[in-house]
Amino acid sequence: MSEPTNQIDESIDYSDIEAKYQVHFDESFDNVVVVDGLPVIDKAKLDKLVSKVVKEFSKKGVLIKADDISMPWDNAAGKSKGYMFVEFRNVDDANLAIANLHNHPFDAKHTFKVNYFADIERYQDFDETYVEPEQEEYTPREHLRAWLADPQGRDQYVTYRGDEVLIHWHGKPSQCEVAYKPEWKDFLYVAWSPSGTYVATLHRQGVRLWGGPSWKPQQRFAHPLVKLIDFSPCEQYLVTWSNEPIVVPEGATQGPQYFSPDDEGNNIAVWNIKSGDLLRTFSTHSDGDPTPVKKQMQWPALKWSPDDKYVARITPGQMISVHELPSMYLQGKKSLKIEGVVDFEWCPLGEKDKEDANPSNGKPAKKPRENMLAYWTPEVANQPARVTLMAFPSRTILRQKNLFNCKLYWQNQGDFLYYPVEVVELKDTVMDFSWEPKGERFAIVSSSDPNLGNPGPGITIKTDVSFYQLDHGKNDFRLLRTLSSRTSNAIRWSPRGRHVVLATVGSSSKSELEFWDLDFNSDDRKEGQTEWGTGIQLLGSADHYGVTDVEWDPSGRYLATSASAWTHTLENGYAIWDFRGQELVKNIQDRFKQFIWRPRPPTLLSKEKQKQVRRNLKEYSRAFDEEDAAEESNVSAELIAHRKRLVDEWNAWRLLRRKELGSADRPQSKDESKEEIEVWIDEVIEQTEEVVVE
Amino acid sequence: MRPILLQGHERSLTQIKFNADGDLLFSCSKDNVINVWFSHNGERLGTYEGHNGAVWTVDVDPESKFLVSGSADNQLRLWQVATGKCLYTWEFPTAVKRVAFNEEGTQVVCITEQRMGHQCAIRVFDINTEDGAKQSKEPRYMFNPIGSKATVCAFTLQPNIIITGHESGKIALFNVKSGEEIENNERAHSEVVTDLQLSKDRTYCITSSKDKAARIHDTKNLMVIKTFNTETPLNSAALAPNRPYVLLGGGQEAMSVTTTSLRQGKFETRFWHKVFEEEVGRVKGHFGPINTIAVHPAGTCYASGGEDGFVRVHHFDDTYFKAKPYGDLEIFD
Repeated sequence: MSEPTNQIDESIDYSDIEAKYQVHFDESFDNVVVVDGLPVIDKAKLDKLVSKVVKEFSKKGVLIKADDISMPWDNAAGKSKGYMFVEFRNVDDANLAIANLHNHPFDAKHTFKVNYFADIERYQDFDETYVEPEQEEYTPREHLRAWLADPQGRDQYVTYRGDEVLIHWHGKPSQCEVAYKPEWKDFLYVAWSPSGTYVATLHRQGVRLWGGPSWKPQQRFAHPLVKLIDFSPCEQYLVTWSNEPIVVPEGATQGPQYFSPDDEGNNIAVWNIKSGDLLRTFSTHSDGDPTPVKKQMQWPALKWSPDDKYVARITPGQMISVHELPSMYLQGKKSLKIEGVVDFEWCPLGEKDKEDANPSNGKPAKKPRENMLAYWTPEVANQPARVTLMAFPSRTILRQKNLFNCKLYWQNQGDFLYYPVEVVELKDTVMDFSWEPKGERFAIVSSSDPNLGNPGPGITIKTDVSFYQLDHGKNDFRLLRTLSSRTSNAIRWSPRGRHVVLATVGSSSKSELEFWDLDFNSDDRKEGQTEWGTGIQLLGSADHYGVTDVEWDPSGRYLATSASAWTHTLENGYAIWDFRGQELVKNIQDRFKQFIWRPRPPTLLSKEKQKQVRRNLKEYSRAFDEEDAAEESNVSAELIAHRKRLVDEWNAWRLLRRKELGSADRPQSKDESKEEIEVWIDEVIEQTEEVVVE
Repeated sequence: MRPILLQGHERSLTQIKFNADGDLLFSCSKDNVINVWFSHNGERLGTYEGHNGAVWTVDVDPESKFLVSGSADNQLRLWQVATGKCLYTWEFPTAVKRVAFNEEGTQVVCITEQRMGHQCAIRVFDINTEDGAKQSKEPRYMFNPIGSKATVCAFTLQPNIIITGHESGKIALFNVKSGEEIENNERAHSEVVTDLQLSKDRTYCITSSKDKAARIHDTKNLMVIKTFNTETPLNSAALAPNRPYVLLGGGQEAMSVTTTSLRQGKFETRFWHKVFEEEVGRVKGHFGPINTIAVHPAGTCYASGGEDGFVRVHHFDDTYFKAKPYGDLEIFD
């Protein structure tokens, strides 16, 4: 039998537990403040002064009692020392007192200086000898665009599947490999910056930018619960948006990179990417709007001018506010008041404009073209609906045109602005519109399907796709060709123009991809004018079931299609095609979410250099062809050897089994005679019954 | 390669079989009927009527004299091929899931379902080839395989040894005399084995499974020789004689296919290279999963039977025989 239990109890050592739960007296002086700057008084006036100070404190919302105050006394002189100690119940009250009463004027001559007691001691012990701050050694930063120097000229893309992000190289079949496998955790999605320099991930805490060959974190922006981001065109600034208004908790870190209490309630923030500083915050709820209507928010909410000099924001129906960068002040100190304004767009900067701005080979620098923005106002009062083109910052109106109901699309060189009514009177609803990059053509998808507007499961809307081209003779757009009765609802031009893919996305029953070439017989066209619209040729068609996203790579050589788990869960994954519609890669993966090509910055070669390259294309291509041939023979030699081995293994095994069989088995009848079967087919071609009347 | 569409069944196909000469094609279906067709033109020769339940399986003897069939009405029937007459009927407590003749046509092995307290049973009957109507009622051998129930079976080269595929994915060799498991490969497949077809010389076989893979096994030691991994559950796998290909068929079951993703293209017969384990081509056409595939013994045509109730017979084009997609490598059959 065991000993009585109480004896065991006594043997237990409780000292550790006792030590743990020992009640400690608060021995710190954090709740004690020193109030300096008091008048020097003698004993008689003590009570009066104390009550005055208590009153002064309570006026500022800090309640103290006379008992909390202790006044040191210079007994020799019989006078006070001009300061007192105030003990508060807790640190928070002490903080409040310092915030409210430091530098508070007590009377005409005296001003309170309120400090922590602990601080006084600390500053007293401070070493006053000056120490030269150590110069931080310069560490060269990684080249953020190192990927462009890939000797094989490959492009990169990022895939996001489940919780896993992969950055891949994409080139010739043998050159495709995983470039990097980041360990990024718990984020919403990934996004590239417009020139591909950074990749951003959206976390609960904010946005993080990664880049360089080592994919190190490059910058972070603390915007909690961020949902949407937008880079400025030159990658200098970043706009973040969260549906939750900004809340700055007490004691939050302060600094140029963090929200200050002034930003509370706003939900759009503008950041400087290089320094990570917060520039300004905005609220999406328009100021002074009495009835905040729940509308689909427009994103990007802030629109950047193509040179990153201005950012503009619209207050629908009232004005466009243009802010200068990097100060973020309102340009010209006032917004553009435009009654009824609905939509606006900046005019993109064309290659020519860029060349003008940064001249090469000693051409005189032209004055860079002014920024332009186009905005549309609907019919208000007596003024008809119209589109206005305005130069900025001079604010001169360049052109106005009366137009009904439209959406604005700039061609990427800024040469044309599309408004549907000018060109063609379309009876049908336009579903998608797209300019040919760097070209004079555009494509529209229109539909007259009665089901349009009431989408339902299994309903595929019939559409017509039309191509138009600028006719130089008439200076007007003419129809090239209409492809009728399609299901395509998305147009994707190759970034180099000429090739276009028509896709049916977001449909559960159709998922066609059509690869078109608009200059199929371009060689003929050089010789002489061929017939209008004959160059359009279907190169190939394909099918990617459940496709949700279609994207060209920056070089216009490959097209990627993906079916994202964000939209549906059927056969998620991605495929890469060449421009002719040949499938190169197909990966069906569960929980596949995102596929994005890494964008490329514009070329650094001047126009002349580019022309030179084009002229000597044959020479360059010879080198590439040789490379290809060498690689192909290499690969095929390997493959042939592998296959040979497989066949040898198989044949050896078969021979072994056959030998075993031959010894035990009867000979097989080798001469199988083929039986000829003759079939008579009686086919009644026509049977007529005639009644012969005599 | 224009297919011949055989429209003789009202419900989904369960098994199709060519006879030894390849001129006849037998098909059975859940509509209780067995049909026989001329394989070269798709003309229906006749039917074998009598079963009162879904016919799960058929097999024909090497001389095309007798046909055996197993059905959900718990019967195993022996038919005269030429006349369509039912010669003999065996009754069991549960449904017959698989039947197979031995190489000489003197014995039949059959698997009965595990149901209503009855165990899965494998029986071997001697067939009186002289007078088809006079058969012994009792099986020559009978045993209950231990563990996972058998789904498919066939006679091997050695007398009284059968090869079986099981619900658990196991492949095993049994001695029918003793009921003893001689050899097994528990991990041949990870899900139910749906089909097992032997090579001409019976030295190897191909199995298909719901685990989306098909495998070639050595029938002597059950070693996996080749594996063909697809992305859909497989219902059938067949070997193409004289050409180094295997044919695989399957598809998501009707129940698990959501109505919106119904795609015709998914139900394809896939051609894979037997040795390189690479897919070489696909033939589409069925509107539902492919349940069964059979290849002509001379390798000149193949037939597939689908959940859609159709049999499609494809005669290979000349290019199929002449093409050398992998160069001049001699591959033994």
